[in-house]
Amino acid sequence: MELLSTDREKITSEWIDGVTSSLQGRISKAEVDRELRELYEALVQGLRAGGEETRGDGFSEVRALLTELSRNRARQGFTPSETAISVLALKQALEPVLRNDSAEETTAYLRLGRALDDLALYTVEVYTRTREEIISSQAAQLMELSTPVVKLWEGVIAVPLVGTLDSARTQVVMEKLLQALVDTGSEQAIIDITGVPAVDTQVAQHLLKTVVAARLMGAECTVSGIRPQIAQTIVALGIEFGDIVTKATLADALQHALRKSGVDLVTHQDARR
Amino acid sequence: MTERVPVLRIGDILLVSIQVDLEDQTVLDLQEDLAEQIVARAARGVVIDITAVEIVDSFVGRMLATIASISRLLDAETVVVGMRPAVAITLVELGLSLGGVRTALDLEKGLALLRRSATGAELP
Amino acid sequence: MTVPWASEAPPQTQPIIGNDDVVRSRQHVRAFAQQCKLSLVDQTKFITAASELARNTLVYGGGGAMRAGLVERQGRRGVAAVFEDSGPGIPDIELALTDGWTSGGGLGLGLSGARRLVDEFFLDTEVDRGTTVTIVKWAR
Repeated sequence: MELLSTDREKITSEWIDGVTSSLQGRISKAEVDRELRELYEALVQGLRAGGEETRGDGFSEVRALLTELSRNRARQGFTPSETAISVLALKQALEPVLRNDSAEETTAYLRLGRALDDLALYTVEVYTRTREEIISSQAAQLMELSTPVVKLWEGVIAVPLVGTLDSARTQVVMEKLLQALVDTGSEQAIIDITGVPAVDTQVAQHLLKTVVAARLMGAECTVSGIRPQIAQTIVALGIEFGDIVTKATLADALQHALRKSGVDLVTHQDARR
Repeated sequence: MTERVPVLRIGDILLVSIQVDLEDQTVLDLQEDLAEQIVARAARGVVIDITAVEIVDSFVGRMLATIASISRLLDAETVVVGMRPAVAITLVELGLSLGGVRTALDLEKGLALLRRSATGAELP
Repeated sequence: MTVPWASEAPPQTQPIIGNDDVVRSRQHVRAFAQQCKLSLVDQTKFITAASELARNTLVYGGGGAMRAGLVERQGRRGVAAVFEDSGPGIPDIELALTDGWTSGGGLGLGLSGARRLVDEFFLDTEVDRGTTVTIVKWAR
């Protein structure tokens, strides 16, 4: 702790310079200056209160600052090294202070070094967690994007599925499709899987459940675009498609759906008479 | 004493709209009331509107299937309308497919369905 | 099975003695399911499962109680409900969990169906001692 308080101004400016140069100007010096000065203060406070217990209560302020710093770095696309250097550069900045070679000072430096290493690891942890959050929110966005429910005709909606279907995505599609039935008042739905390279048992089960759920709501679901390989898989897996209507192409499915709705049209005329 | 669900009549159709979270006894009472009313009012169709129902468990599901079977014996057709997507997904997962129960998206489509089958224009 | 109840709010107990307690159990777990931000479909699944098990407790267990609340494990949040009775117990668990098997004139979907609607399902039963069923659903 004494190490940090002795030549305060010199160490911080050295530290700030080190970090700024490693970030190659992608963050302004003023910002780094603000971040690190705050961190320095907290660090001194922390060492005073909690010794080298970097995961203890004394360091909660330091950890909060580092969390913010690491989150920002992760969001701005810096690497983990560029994040951890913010802490590690302080070790380098301290080196010039160690001039008089006393054993006491060396031990102090080593102990501080260990604490700083630990804090650097902490930034990497936060960095990774933030990245994971970003990835999972992107996956969720992608899921939303990749499952449009389109209206083909009055009373006929369709979901053209493209890409690999996993259990989670199929479930999202299922819920979206069923909600769209209610929102549009459609009695016919088409699930087109032309763009799906493969299905496994779980996905096939989900598709089946969607069809049954739609039926419970009073709508009919047609599955179109089953590729030959997928047909083989379905049979090989022993999945019973039962009385579910399947069509080779989306066009056939639409024709089928329209014919079903066509019966509707006739009755409307009946009703008017 | 539990509340009873009102049974309304429109022409030769009985309409039940379930608005509250049903107690098991209320469900049984409704089943009984409907059977009596179908005969008493010579109804040809029954519409059960579950638009407002958030939870359909196996007990209520069984009631819907039973009412459909009873009304069929009494020469009336039952349509369940307005099932929410979340309820439908849950029933499928539960293993209840309500075979033999006709369904429609909303009240209007349910009434149209009954009219259609009354005029003999069966759905293909 | 020890339920990882969330630290900030202890689980609440709801007796299941009369018919209207099944409705009350549903409303009870609904509040928790909404609180831990389950999706609408997951809420519906969990409440339906709780409804099945509350009825089982009443009809087969001769009444009992439900404890429900929020749970927490490794940063994930969820909702749990524990149904306890001191009824006759289940002699053959395998059989009781089979679709369509019933000892009480129901559809036989209560236990097996409830199991499919939740993420975790624990059944602890002893003949003449009673049955405890624990269900958990995690927020996605």
